[in-house]
Parts: sequence; C-alpha cells; structure tokens
Amino acid sequence: MNKMTSEGYTTADGRKIGGTLMEMKNITLRFGGVVAIKDISFDIHEGEIRAIIGPNGAGKSSMLNVISGFYVPSEGEVRFRGQKRPQMRPYQVAQQGIARTFQNIALFKGMSTLDNIMTGRITKMKSNMAQQALWWGAAQREEDEHREAVEKIIDFLEIQAIRKTPVGRLPYGLQKRVELGRALAAEPKLLLLDEPMAGMNVEEKEDMSRFILDVNDEFGTTIALIEHDMGVVMDLSDRVVVMDYGKKIGDGTPDEVRGNQEVIDAYLGVSHD
Amino acid sequence: MPDQLLFAMEVMLNGLMAGVLYALVALGFVLIFKASGIFNYAQGVMALFAALTLVGLQEGQVPFAHLINAIFGTDIHHFGWHLPALVAIILTIGVMVVLAIIVEKFVLKHLVNQEPIILFMATIGLAYFLEGFGDVMWGSEIKMLDVGLPQGASFWVEENTAWLGGEGFYGFFIDKLDMVAAVVAALLVISLTIFSQYSKQGRALRAVADDHQAALSVGISLRFIWVLVWSIAGFVALVAGIMWGAKSGVQFSLSLIALKALPVLMLGGFTSIPGAIVGGLIIGVGEKLFEFTIGPMVGGATENWFAYVLALLFLVFRPQGLFGEKIIERV
Ligand SMILES: Nc1ncnc2c1ncn2[C@@H]1O[C@H](COP(=O)(O)OP(=O)(O)OP(=O)(O)O)[C@@H](O)[C@H]1O
Ligand SMILES: [Mg+2]
Repeated sequence: MNKMTSEGYTTADGRKIGGTLMEMKNITLRFGGVVAIKDISFDIHEGEIRAIIGPNGAGKSSMLNVISGFYVPSEGEVRFRGQKRPQMRPYQVAQQGIARTFQNIALFKGMSTLDNIMTGRITKMKSNMAQQALWWGAAQREEDEHREAVEKIIDFLEIQAIRKTPVGRLPYGLQKRVELGRALAAEPKLLLLDEPMAGMNVEEKEDMSRFILDVNDEFGTTIALIEHDMGVVMDLSDRVVVMDYGKKIGDGTPDEVRGNQEVIDAYLGVSHD
Repeated sequence: MPDQLLFAMEVMLNGLMAGVLYALVALGFVLIFKASGIFNYAQGVMALFAALTLVGLQEGQVPFAHLINAIFGTDIHHFGWHLPALVAIILTIGVMVVLAIIVEKFVLKHLVNQEPIILFMATIGLAYFLEGFGDVMWGSEIKMLDVGLPQGASFWVEENTAWLGGEGFYGFFIDKLDMVAAVVAALLVISLTIFSQYSKQGRALRAVADDHQAALSVGISLRFIWVLVWSIAGFVALVAGIMWGAKSGVQFSLSLIALKALPVLMLGGFTSIPGAIVGGLIIGVGEKLFEFTIGPMVGGATENWFAYVLALLFLVFRPQGLFGEKIIERV
C-alpha cells in the first residue's frame, strides 16, 4: 500500500481505492455497565474490502450494528460521504444504500429463496399503493424489472436449484448465501457482512470468498466484513481493524497487523492486566 | 332427496353464512397478530366502533352531542344532512386509518420489545377505551344500520330449490344479506391476498410478519407497517360491523362477536389467513348443525357453548390449529 490519504490509495496488488466513504469518529457504546466499544475511530474507503477482527466479545458485531443503525452509539459520530449522519433508524440506513447480513442469519424463513432476495429490493421499488391500484401495467412492468435483477443475483450466487425452496429448510451454508443475495439485491453502496463464513466447510468458504471478491470487483461495492478465519481475512481484505475488549488495538494492511505485537498478544490470549 | 336431509343442508348453509362473519372478525385478529405478534383484544370493539361511526356519519349525527349538551345546556343532535352510504363508508375508512395512527403513536410505539402479555393488556385497555369513546361520541342507544344491502329471504333461491324435495319442502330459506356477506368476504380475502402477494407494501407486510430484524435491514419501517396493518384490520372490522349491524342493529353485543372469534382462531391457528376463514366456516356450520341434530336431545341452546368445547378439543389435540405453524419455542 502506498500513500494512504483521504483521497484514496493504491493496494499492493495495484487496485485503485477511492476516498473516504464512511468514517467512525470516537465511537463509544455502553450497555448499562458493559462498555462494548471504547472510543474507536476508523474509516472505510470507497471500493475497499475492510475487515474487522478480534477475539469473541471484542465488540465487532456491535460496531457493525452502530454502522447499520441497529445500535445507537453513546458517544461519537458517524460520517457518511463526508457528512455527519444524524441518528437514523435501521430502515433509514438501509435506504441510504447500506445493506447487511447478520451473524445469526436473519432471513424470512417462511419465504422462498426467490422471495427473500426479492424483498431485498424493497428500497428500489417505486410504485406506491395508489399507483398499483390504478395502473396495473406500470406495477407489472416494475415487478418484471426487479424479478430480472433477482434472477441475475441467483445466477451469480449459483443457487438456481433452490430458487423455490423455503429458506428455513436450507442448510446453514446456503442460508448464508441467500442472505448475501438479499443484501446484494439492494445494490448497496456499502455492504456489511457479519461473519459470512461462520460454520462453513472449506469448500463453502472458498465459494463465499470468491463471491465477496467478485462483488467488490464487478460492482465496485465497498465491503466491511467481520471474520474469524485469519487465512480468509488475509486473502480478502485490503485493510484490517483489530478490536479487543472494545478497544482498537490495530489498524492497517493484513501484513501490518500481523506483525503488530499487541494483536499477536490478543490472539495468543496474553492476560490483560 | 329426503326432506330431513334437505333441512339439514339448509341449516348448514345458514351456518356457513354465520361463519363468514366469524371469519371476518378472526381475519382482523390474524392480520395484526402476524405482523406484530399482538393479540388484539380490541378487534371486536373496533367492529362496533366502525359501525357506530358509519351510522353516525351517514345520519349526520353530531359527534359528542350528549357531552356538548350536558356542558353547554344546548340541545343539538343532528347536522340535518344525510350522507350517501358510499361517502359515509369512505369517511369511516378514514376514521379507522386515523385510529390506526393514534394507536401506533400513543400505544405501540412506546411498547416495542415488550412481552406479548403487556401488549395484550394494552389492547384490553384500548378495547375499553374505544367502547367508552364510541358511546360518548355517538350515544349508546341501539341504531339501525342501512347502507342499502338487500334484506329478507331470497325468493329466487327458494323457488329454484323447491324441486329438490317433496311436498313438505318449499326450497332453501336463505337470507339475501347473508349471501352478500359471503360474496363481500370472498372479495375481501381475494384482494388482501393479491395485495400481500404483489404490492410493495404487501411484500413489506409479509416480511415484517416473518422477521422484524430482517425486515429492518432491507429498509422497511416497522412503524409504517404497523399503521398499515391496523388500518387494514380497521377496514376488515368495518366490513364485519356493516354486515353484523345490518343484520341485528348496531349495539354493544356486536363487540361480543370477538369472543366467538377466539374459538375460530384456536381452530384455524393464529397466524393463518386461510385458517381464519375455514375456522370461521367450521364453527358457523358446526354450531348450527350440532343444535339441529343434538340440540333437541340436550335441551337446546348448544350454540352458546359448542364453539368453545370444539376449541378446547383442538387445544388438547392440535394446539397450533388446523393451519397454524407448529409452535417451537426459540432457544
Ligand atoms: N444488545 C446488547 N445488550 C447488552 N450487551 C450487549 C448487547 N450486544 C452486545 N453486548 C455486549 O457487548 C460486548 C461485545 O459484543 P459483540 O457481540 O459486539 O462482540 P463480537 O466481537 O461480535 O463477538 P463474537 O465474535 O462472539 O461475535 C459483549 O460483552 C456483549 O455481551
Ligand atoms: Mg459478533
């Protein structure tokens, strides 16, 4: 990586990364007595794959929840596209072009794969109720367009075989894939993935890694992901934030954080005192 | 065909019609329960309130007339106009939407993430409030509701079915109003289905019914959806109120049909729209047939308890109802 500025940088493998898309400034998050996040600042650049790593309970998911509006930070500010973001409800964040998946998978279990991904396009749907009642043709045309976009995602993720299957019946790995599909359906500017490969076997992990890289490469989608598998993190990400006990203990390229003594200690379980 | 069988069939047909009304009320319950996990005890009172409002608007009643007169010593009752039925119905729909917004803003919004029992209690409070409010607003006397629906038995049906039986059979005796109710209920269910399957809002509604977190993450406002389902439930309540009111007048007992909706829900399952319909019909037919066949042997009046006994049997042997999703505790 050379010359890291807020205007952008070039990665080791020569990819051009844009300017700052999202900036977390001095974020603190408390739950009663528990401090899940302690005064953390970091940024996410346009077009990069940014990983957040750290031991269990470090506050990674909490950070993702702050970005997506599910948690309200106790202190600090979130800046999106250069502007301070007012406190927003999760659905408003989604409407701004930030899509996410959940650590514990939150799919519409009663719906088919197709319907789940279609629901991901809700922010893209225009027709309101009156329009739909009065002008069936326009609504139908819009439905067809969305359907086409969804079919493309299904092909992309290679899940044609389970299009009509209720997702509650799918194995874990495929559910994770459908959830990614639903997030992609929103054509997000920023994609947040909370442990997209948890519980997967080696082969499934390879597939998922390939999808993530392809999404970033083909659509230019900025991605922030939480992952435990260090091998995967090193392969995928451009830059890594390391958290431990709610604090940021490292930030940089995979090689940089790998050499960071504090990070090594955290992962080897050196006692905190 | 033996006449006895034909009489039984007539009883069944009439039971089906009564069942349609049970089904309509149960439908309102299911909609709200699916979308928000709230058992809305006030659904029956909403039907009463909707019917009261409709009559009041149509007859040009001055709202809160009793209250105003008591305070200011005036003697006003009516504005002196008479609205066409359709206009009054549209205005009443508007009132039900406003009610939905108020419920969301003053009740639901403050109770998100509370235990279901707390939300249930809130709806009990709402039921009593609405009952009293309806009284104060429109007066408590029994009112006639007439939106131009046909009344009386259908001679057409009678004449054209008389040939089925022998000398003693004069054809099926069926209320025209009941036939209208059946058609309206069918149309209502069809349009609700189309709405929920094919519209953006319907899709959002199904999403919220399935998983709140996931719905939020794809950009759906829960609060908007709550207002929407309470509005739809208000509309369904209005339809039930019109049918029931046209049949037996608008009076407090209207809100008691909610009690019959309870066994219907136990039969059909709290989360299933087809279940509400089929459950309503089964209870309607079941209680009439039971009264017709067994009733005379046990001294009659079985309609008062038949539905509850049937529901109890279901609770024991199939607690999730006919169509309900199997209840598996999340751990
Ligand atoms: N909604 C909540 N209420 C109370 N405490 C919470 C809540 N969410 C998270 N926490 C606490 O915040 C801390 C950080 O949790 P978080 O889930 O963010 O960790 P994590 O890094 O994602 O861990 P894991 O790798 O296990 O997923 C933990 O102590 C957790 O108990
Ligand atoms: Mg986590």
